[in-house]
Amino acid sequence: MHIIVCMKQIVDLEKIRIKPDTREPVLEGLPFKFGDFDKNALEEAVRIKEKMPDAKITAVAIGAPKLKDTIKEALAIGADEAVILTDAAFNGSDEMGTSRALAKVVQKIGEFDLILMGEGSTDDHSGQAPSRLAELLGLPQVTYVRELQVLEGKRIRATRDLEDALEVVETSLPAIVSVTGEANTPRLPPLTAILKAARKPVKTWGPGDIGIAAGEVGAGASTIHVLSNLAPTQQRKEVILEGAVDDVIDELLKALEREGVLSS
Amino acid sequence: MSGVLVYSERKSVAQELLTFAATLQQPVGVALLGQAVAWAQDCFAHGAQKAFTSNDAALADLQADVLAEALAQIVQQADADVILVGSTLRGREVAGRLAQKLNAGCTTDANGLHFENGQIVATRYALGGNTVSTQVVKSARQVIAVMPQTIQAAPAGGSGEVVEVKLTLSPSPVKTVERKPKEAGSVNVESTEVLLCVGRGVGEQKDLAVIQALADTLGGVIGCTRPISHDKHWLSENQMIGMSGKMSSPRLYIGVGLSGQIQHTVGIMGAKVTVAINSDKNAPIFKMADYGIVGDLYQVVPRLTEKLKAR
Repeated sequence: MHIIVCMKQIVDLEKIRIKPDTREPVLEGLPFKFGDFDKNALEEAVRIKEKMPDAKITAVAIGAPKLKDTIKEALAIGADEAVILTDAAFNGSDEMGTSRALAKVVQKIGEFDLILMGEGSTDDHSGQAPSRLAELLGLPQVTYVRELQVLEGKRIRATRDLEDALEVVETSLPAIVSVTGEANTPRLPPLTAILKAARKPVKTWGPGDIGIAAGEVGAGASTIHVLSNLAPTQQRKEVILEGAVDDVIDELLKALEREGVLSS
Repeated sequence: MSGVLVYSERKSVAQELLTFAATLQQPVGVALLGQAVAWAQDCFAHGAQKAFTSNDAALADLQADVLAEALAQIVQQADADVILVGSTLRGREVAGRLAQKLNAGCTTDANGLHFENGQIVATRYALGGNTVSTQVVKSARQVIAVMPQTIQAAPAGGSGEVVEVKLTLSPSPVKTVERKPKEAGSVNVESTEVLLCVGRGVGEQKDLAVIQALADTLGGVIGCTRPISHDKHWLSENQMIGMSGKMSSPRLYIGVGLSGQIQHTVGIMGAKVTVAINSDKNAPIFKMADYGIVGDLYQVVPRLTEKLKAR
């Protein structure tokens, strides 16, 4: 059993500052991490490996050069090895470019049984990558999974979490599965695992290594034209009431009465 | 543009998208797949000129791979270059696979859509809700997945033509073995006038009684953030407000013990007046609030209930 976990390196979203004059986000110098659901995907792979000791886990990630450090977290949590793409040629890729690059990496890796991903990235959460990758590789896709079982005979059974129903599906491997945050609680790696991670193999592949043409990835190949990306304009009053409980409640009730939102 | 094709597995969302499509001055088609073949008249009444229908057996379980293939074939037949999809969970998943088949760019979870300078401009949250990205898909074909209730459905047009399409589809390798509908519950968080929402700041399930008392006093109902319904299972998953949950536009919203992550607050953007009660002064919910009380919910909520009753 070879499991490939695709992960996205993102900036620490809680540390984003907004320029008050222009409403632009300041992204320079922010620390990097992996997306939340990506860690759920990795944790799911590790849990499968705990039941199937022969299993091997390869983490694949695209990102900034600092990915060399970020990837160690994936190795500490339980990936056996990693492939990272940090070449500037990948910068500014849209979902199609990213998916093409991931597909090329998977094809170069060759044999695998299962690709695990998060149901969306924590930053832009477009949720396209699992579907696009499945199309590029001609694989079955099972998305929004909160329970995954590997069955006998290279099959899986998964519970998908949709808005109005849980849908239990089965399919054959190889397949692509995307998981939700409820699939598991990702473990925090112990110190020994963090130390061991430093010795696990990390391959850095460039566009030439995976045979992807310049016109297929990167900002130049992007099909999305972003007109603006700004903090939302404030429409709320943001009146903050602090003080003795009775006083603030009286103030609140007066305000709500003024607003006409309390039924008489 | 040569044509617009609309698809959603939910009729109300298809009608919303048709309402927008009808403003583009282009031929408008709707894809009705599986059981949706029955919706043709309802779609004509919202601006569809053609309904491309197929009840191919491979479509029965609405698997994403088969749906995407069916839509790609209809896109060719309809000569559509704009494909509007409802950004439900299933719709978003189909949008990605369809876009890849069409070699097209795609925006998902759009929560605003307008036509400007000859192009469709979509807005969506980015960077975890820190920003709103305003974007245009610039590939020859474009797939735009739009969140439910982004557009107000309105009647347009009236009659149209049903085109029964012959599709070449293979059954999906993914088999649905069981479908368990989530309990509908008696709580309607979507159409309530007063909505109280709870988050992880509520310590124990039994503490919900305190919140319920306030909701009862205000004539409202309780909704929640995702951890409360999906992790802790204290409330029905149908009470989850926000992304991949319910959208609500109440007269009064009160967020109690929740931090205000964008995944939740996107669901209450349409609220008239918002109130936040949270002990953490720095919680993002206060930026979304008209009125915020910084304090312990266990003190504030019961006292607020008492004072309301005494009015």
